[in-house]
Amino acid sequence: MTDRQIMTGDEIRRAIVRISHEIVEKQAGTQGLALVGIQRRGVPLAWRIAAAIEEHEGARLPVGALDITFYRDDLSLVAQQPIVKGTDLPFDLNGATIVLVDDVLYTGRTIRAAMDALIDFGRPRAIRLAVLIDRGHRELPIRADHVGKNVPTSREEIVKVHVEEIDGNDEVSIGRLLRAGEPAAADRQ
Amino acid sequence: MNVETEPAAVGRTAGSARTQEVAWHHRHLLDVDVVTWPEIELIMRTTDEMKGVLARPIRKVPALNGRRVTTLFYEASTRTRVSFETAARNLSADVVSVATATSSVTKGESLVDTIRTLEALGAEILVMRHSVSGAPYLAAEIFGGHVLNGGDGWHAHPTQALLDLYTMRQHLAGGDLRGRKVAIVGDILHSRVARSNIWSLTAAGADLWLCGPATLLRGMDRWATAWDGGAIPGHGRFHVTSDVDAAVRDADVVMALRIQRERMQGGLLPSLREYAARFGLNAERVSLAKPEAIVMHPGPMNEGIEIAPDVATSGRAVITEQVANGVAVRMALLYLLAGAHEAAGGHEAAHEAVHVREAARAPEAIR
Repeated sequence: MTDRQIMTGDEIRRAIVRISHEIVEKQAGTQGLALVGIQRRGVPLAWRIAAAIEEHEGARLPVGALDITFYRDDLSLVAQQPIVKGTDLPFDLNGATIVLVDDVLYTGRTIRAAMDALIDFGRPRAIRLAVLIDRGHRELPIRADHVGKNVPTSREEIVKVHVEEIDGNDEVSIGRLLRAGEPAAADRQ
Repeated sequence: MNVETEPAAVGRTAGSARTQEVAWHHRHLLDVDVVTWPEIELIMRTTDEMKGVLARPIRKVPALNGRRVTTLFYEASTRTRVSFETAARNLSADVVSVATATSSVTKGESLVDTIRTLEALGAEILVMRHSVSGAPYLAAEIFGGHVLNGGDGWHAHPTQALLDLYTMRQHLAGGDLRGRKVAIVGDILHSRVARSNIWSLTAAGADLWLCGPATLLRGMDRWATAWDGGAIPGHGRFHVTSDVDAAVRDADVVMALRIQRERMQGGLLPSLREYAARFGLNAERVSLAKPEAIVMHPGPMNEGIEIAPDVATSGRAVITEQVANGVAVRMALLYLLAGAHEAAGGHEAAHEAVHVREAARAPEAIR
């Protein structure tokens, strides 16, 4: 497996800053906005977007973490149960505009599960989606509102996102699966 | 590990504070003796998440949507059966409850036939209680799905031991039982709760004391001497005594066990009154324990016999917390067991998920 770098740390940083501007522009301000990162790598990305928004808008947005494990549609298909990473939504979702943040958008099944999970916590006014990488191959009618980078991929490839907070460095690369075939029903780590 | 297509555990556990990476692979849970300490910690972490679910406005997640859980109880039970059924429903499973008193068991149907029938009716997870020690092991041999032991004879009650452990960790600083003194007082001889607790508490490193009249400790001395902790490395030893003051003194946790009158043969106790006077947990005895010590009881209680009513309702008692934690622990176990199946069955996606997992699994992730 040889990995090809598709985003450097600097490019990730610029993409985050651009997404943070887009989010504020689309909302025409920061009123009622909240960010929710999907475990695991969506969570540090959500915090970074919030930091960028605070820098240019001076407003501190609430940030939450969402674990979608219990809402997956492939639980009976994976060999072992995924380990749960924790949900923490320290604000009221009712009436808020929630921006879901994840590292990679692939089949869309993670996002479907995330929306189901969010709605169990309340009734947001709107749910939007920001992702660092959109790699295509959607299996559900889901699209992202804010995309760091569109990356055409084949299903035999894997997109690896490294973030400083978890992996010690910032980088996105593409590698090949050792065994070819259809991708798993899951579209994320 | 951060391979984007990797569906399961590995990528999610890496990182914070080097929590040990461990995946659940037990198809059944019959006792705590075969569960390693990292696996116990996985159960505890998963229980934390389930507590989070129980604190939500909607106390229900679709994790076991469409899975069929059957409870088969050959012994009277309120809390354990209701706890399991609540747990299964909170995970969106379909629950079938078999009360043997009104089933074909009364017509003489054997355990094996009953289990085969339930499997044919679609049971995938069987929660079973039986008065014969070892009965769930027989069930596990013939049942195609998962068996969860809800208590067998004098032998084991793993979910009770795990909810006890969870409750103790909640109350002890740092959630750490190492070196903490735990005294279990009462009918040790007939207690599956005590036997399962021996495995989990010695694994947790607790200073465990079992206490009761000599007639209700029969054989425990020998077990304590020969104790090797089974599959669980790094276990502690445990003590056996009939001196209740010595057992309770400076304890962090005092647990009373029910005097099991239904299992009691003649001659083990002179009288319940004498037992209450010599071994019952009253305020005076409990005051020997540490000031912050907690008082536990697996229920159902015989108030005035093994535990005085004022102790059972005092601020130290965490007995209702044990019941509440029981639901969360059972949710965690149902969830973990439901995922522990072979990927066989010809389902392509299942095979693929496994291949991707294996491909993504780095050597360091394999214990």
